[in-house]
Amino acid sequence: MPTSLKMITSRWDDPQGHTLARYRETGGYEAIRKAMAQEPEAVVEEVKAANLLGRGGAGFPCGTKWGFLPKDVFPRYLVVNGDESEPGTFKDRLLVELDPHQLIEGVLIASWAIRAKQAFIYVRGEMAFAHERLAAALNEAYAAGLVGRNIMGSDWSLDIVFHFGAGAYIVGEETALIESLEGNRGMPRLKPPFFPASKGLYMQPTVVNNVETLANLPWIINNSAASFAAVGDPKACGTRLFALSGHVNTPGVYEVDFGTTTFRELFESPEYGNGIRLGRSVKAFVPGGASAPWFFEEHLDMALHPGPVGAAGSMLGSGAIIVMDDQTDMVRAAWRLVKFFAKESCGKCSPCREGTNWLEKIYRRILDGHGRPEDIDLLMDVADNISPGLTWPPKQTTICPLGPSAASPLASSVRRFRHEYEAYIRKVA
Amino acid sequence: MSDATTPEAPPKTTLTVTIDGRPTEATPGELLIAHAEKMGTYIPRFCWHPRMREVGMCRVCLVEIDGPRGPALQPACMLTVSEGMQVITDSPTVKKAQDGVLEFLLVNHPLDCPVCDKGGECPLQDQTLAFGPGESRFVEEKRHFEKPIAISDLVLLDRERCILCDRCTRFSKEVAGDPLIHFMSRGNSTEVNTFPDDPFASYFSGNVVQICPVGALTASPYRFTARPWDIDQVESTCTSCAVGCRVVLQSSGDSVTRTQGVDSDAVNWGWLCDKGRFDFENIGSVDRLTKPLVRKSAGDAAQEATWFEALERAASVLRNTPPEQIGVIGGARLTNEDAYAWAKLLKGMLRIDNVDAQLGDGLSPQFIVGTPQATINDVAAASAVVLLSPDVKEALPVLFLRLRDAAQNKRIPMVELTPKGTGLSRYVRQSLVYRSGEAGVAARALVAAIAGSGADRQIAGIEADTINAAATTINAALASGKGNGNVVLVVGRTSLAESAHSIEDAAHVLLGAPFGKSKSVLHAVRRSNVRGAIDMGLAPGMLPGRVSLAQGLDWFRAEWGNVPMMPGRDTASMLRGAAAGELTALVLLGADPLSDFPDRAVAESAFAAVANIVAVDIFDTPSTARASVVLPASGYAEKSGTVTNLEGRVSVATAKVSAPGVSRPDWMVAAELAFRLGHDLGFESVEEITAEIARVAPAYLTMNTILAAGNGALVPVAGAIELANEAFAAAAAGADTPEGVDAADPAETAETTDTTEVDGAADHAVSAVSAVSALPPLPPLVQASAPSSPAQVPQPDSYSLRLVVSHVLYDEGTLVAHSPSLAKLAPGDGLHLHPGEIERHGLTAGGQVKVVSQRSSVTLTVVEDASVARGSAFVPFAQAGASAATLLDLDELTASGIVKVRLETVAE
Repeated sequence: MPTSLKMITSRWDDPQGHTLARYRETGGYEAIRKAMAQEPEAVVEEVKAANLLGRGGAGFPCGTKWGFLPKDVFPRYLVVNGDESEPGTFKDRLLVELDPHQLIEGVLIASWAIRAKQAFIYVRGEMAFAHERLAAALNEAYAAGLVGRNIMGSDWSLDIVFHFGAGAYIVGEETALIESLEGNRGMPRLKPPFFPASKGLYMQPTVVNNVETLANLPWIINNSAASFAAVGDPKACGTRLFALSGHVNTPGVYEVDFGTTTFRELFESPEYGNGIRLGRSVKAFVPGGASAPWFFEEHLDMALHPGPVGAAGSMLGSGAIIVMDDQTDMVRAAWRLVKFFAKESCGKCSPCREGTNWLEKIYRRILDGHGRPEDIDLLMDVADNISPGLTWPPKQTTICPLGPSAASPLASSVRRFRHEYEAYIRKVA
Repeated sequence: MSDATTPEAPPKTTLTVTIDGRPTEATPGELLIAHAEKMGTYIPRFCWHPRMREVGMCRVCLVEIDGPRGPALQPACMLTVSEGMQVITDSPTVKKAQDGVLEFLLVNHPLDCPVCDKGGECPLQDQTLAFGPGESRFVEEKRHFEKPIAISDLVLLDRERCILCDRCTRFSKEVAGDPLIHFMSRGNSTEVNTFPDDPFASYFSGNVVQICPVGALTASPYRFTARPWDIDQVESTCTSCAVGCRVVLQSSGDSVTRTQGVDSDAVNWGWLCDKGRFDFENIGSVDRLTKPLVRKSAGDAAQEATWFEALERAASVLRNTPPEQIGVIGGARLTNEDAYAWAKLLKGMLRIDNVDAQLGDGLSPQFIVGTPQATINDVAAASAVVLLSPDVKEALPVLFLRLRDAAQNKRIPMVELTPKGTGLSRYVRQSLVYRSGEAGVAARALVAAIAGSGADRQIAGIEADTINAAATTINAALASGKGNGNVVLVVGRTSLAESAHSIEDAAHVLLGAPFGKSKSVLHAVRRSNVRGAIDMGLAPGMLPGRVSLAQGLDWFRAEWGNVPMMPGRDTASMLRGAAAGELTALVLLGADPLSDFPDRAVAESAFAAVANIVAVDIFDTPSTARASVVLPASGYAEKSGTVTNLEGRVSVATAKVSAPGVSRPDWMVAAELAFRLGHDLGFESVEEITAEIARVAPAYLTMNTILAAGNGALVPVAGAIELANEAFAAAAAGADTPEGVDAADPAETAETTDTTEVDGAADHAVSAVSAVSALPPLPPLVQASAPSSPAQVPQPDSYSLRLVVSHVLYDEGTLVAHSPSLAKLAPGDGLHLHPGEIERHGLTAGGQVKVVSQRSSVTLTVVEDASVARGSAFVPFAQAGASAATLLDLDELTASGIVKVRLETVAE
């Protein structure tokens, strides 16, 4: 198993990697200089050519997303989604904490490319250390003339506003994040008509990019799209961070070649997960964030590639992989995820607000020994009323995907491990 | 199509939308949910309300839209119709989704329908029945909250019943502009609530109760008083102020239990203010006058009397007093029919012209009826709006909602001229706060700045920059091409302590200035049907139908047999005349000058001097307590008729409950008195009076033919006067032929003369007038002319403050005082001062101060109020203690246009 190229984690081991001085010593802020020497459209083309897929969850090509902005409508904004709060997801936090200048440079490149004059970095409220590091880095960058008025002596100015959340997971959803930035309750807007590209922040065209996506930009500009595209699979280029947690021996965030590394390599290779704890085997795993349908041992040799993973009925999402060993209680595991979504439902639309909470109550009843035989089908039907058909990709009766997110792990767990539910219910009878 | 141009394909104005396989024609921009309903397909909904922004939150309106990727569930309230849209509302998928959402909404709903006020008229109940599952599968414990909690003095909230549809919260923020209720907490714990210690103190709080789709919001005046299936209702028009909101009056057991707003596109859009919604409490009040009362002599206790005795007594007063010694005050409480009957009696039979429906608190009747009239909808179509009116939020709350909507949502640029900040100040582009009495100066400065010569110094207390910015606003608005190019002026009496002359002078300056394609006036008259009363001739120098005494002389003499010889006195002049012994009898038509006339001393001296007072009223008031005869009248909701709102829109007010005791409608009292005085008014029912008004009152010609339409009849009815005049011309040309109309236009008469039934207003005009073609020509409507001299400009001085006095929504007025839920909301007396002024005088907010005017002095509590300009002092009118009317000096107001007060510290 070859060690992957360190594109975005190159400064993580350096205790001074977060400082401007060290960032510059290691080639920092050269990419933006290079980008500003080109027309913004050329930068957009370069990123398109790199086929940089969004790292936030939906995996949409970054350059194409920028291309959705309506022509000649200004002002337009760049919003950085750093509200990473799904269970098992913790890669963006490290990117902000350990290499904040890389993110700032990414923001500069993206803003230049889309001709924005104001960018907003929204970081999850609980990440106090990340706030500290990012604020310090922004201050350094402003003082060095890298951000602010007339950047590096040019006539281009960009202000970066640093904003932190107030503790709601839903704000990771881009329209809810925009509402929150505007000072409103973090509740999603309906798409259509409120697609951020046309009606985003303050009803202006807005690009919302994930932290990791932007962190890739300096490397791409410095080393060319072609060399980025040469890494990993042709359809899943570059490297990607995976936050590996659960029952592996060494959980952590690992940068691996995108699209070629397999789940098994990630779980078992000594430089990554280093095997399942206590020598056990894998019973199931969450391949891409709490809202993804689960995978099982038969998926272990699949590559970490959105193509096959999607074809198999799940997603790589935000790159959060949670491993469950053969001793895991699958009813409790599903309950734990459903409980998270029930707690984080924003309350705006009724199927999610009422449905996820109802599901959580049924689970608790089953776990407490008060389950009824009909409860298993009830769970599935209530989930079906949130996400009709319980299909993948999910359909929804809700405004945003949070409600269906609770249905996915539930459906995976019931479909595969129905006997465990029945066992809980039988225990009572 | 008489146009002979080449037949060019008109721009496509409709779209084809297929609903459940049926092609329908839709208008671009329409929401699918509204379009489908129009086409007969009702899609269930909770959060969607046609007068508010759509949010797509409740999800019960999910339907399938068939697109290239197959049918997908979409909320019908968030989709605008598009060409070729394929909508499926009845598939199993849609049914399951709607069932599912309804089941979710019921998961935490307490299902306490048997004890819930909403049960029987509850959208959740109804739609669960129509669209929902048979039973709930939810066996867990429901969400619990303390219930109910009072979120304001009038509204209670049961958070367990709430389905979080966001209607009340959206209303408070988007419609009322009082964002005092909001969602709190998150997810399953989400609740609607107020901020701590900050109640939902909105003038419009009752609307959230009406639009709540469940029983979560209830109003204390209705709570537990009736069940929906016991309620009977009629549509009517609210007369609490002059806006004329359409309402339904609901009663149970012959008492009014509730008023709900009706969506009238021209007026109130379904909204009501809390005063209009809840002052129905006075209808069944135990304090109502139920029997005629007589007093042997002044100061005696009143004796109950029979109608016979009381009417004889009243008739003898009218019989034995020379017409020029009789003064008649009031009429705003009357319907148009009541007012017309009294006008006919007073002016046509008794030749009395000392008649005034206003109490020295308005503008001249010539200004009100004689300036070009604007409607409320004209405001939304205009390019710019200039306000010179009392605070519409206090005086005419629902007009405030419409103006706020025009300014906030339709972005109509507005500029306000006012002696004190108003509820609209935060929505207008510039608020020009002038020194009381200097409205004309301010208007001239604004007009000059619009014309290009901007202000270079402070004028009338307004900074030059503000005046110039306002001029820029108006010029930019007119140059932008947005709106119809017209300017609407909203004009009313800004303050009782600023003369009407000052306001009319300023209004004419604005009207005469050369900006805007055309200008019209929305008259901000305040008291219920005062517009109708003036239109019916209850004003000095006026005759019914907006005709002056001088010009209507021949017409009304032919119709009535008589008219007054010369213009009479207004209320102020009558009261002064009474005090001087020139008037010896007063007739009060629902008027209480002792409480409502701006200068209490003048009213007092009149009442002390006058020998005979005849009062017709619904409640005992300080003024009726001094009357020798008190005749009990039936009030709002107890009598039918028409009323005219401030924009000149005539609509029907309907009787719903029996009047208390032996009280009678006012027109009947007039008819009875006429009979006793040897006259006959010539009608025996309200319908006959309405018909006579539509035949006789020039501005009201044919209005009865279109009254039933949803928006009432805007008078003058378009074309009615022109058609009548044509008929007259024809009659004069062919005086021999009985069918004079034939000679004029043979082409038209084929329809009019051959048809006995007339349905169109225009046809009716012709036939109505042809029947009376022996009459003299129709008199022209009054045209207001600018005052002969500009209002004089009072000199500023640094030792006194200019008094500003105006009504606030809740006061000691009869209707509020007898509505227990509202009476407690009156803010009370106080001297409102700018914080800087408080500091300058060394006062403290909440402390006492002696306020001295030329008339008298009172001690008042100091209230800090940043909406009051420096150099001014605001005192709300008609609050407990009546300090405003005590301070206000009519002589000073007449002489200088303003009232000044000085402040003196009181010993602690």
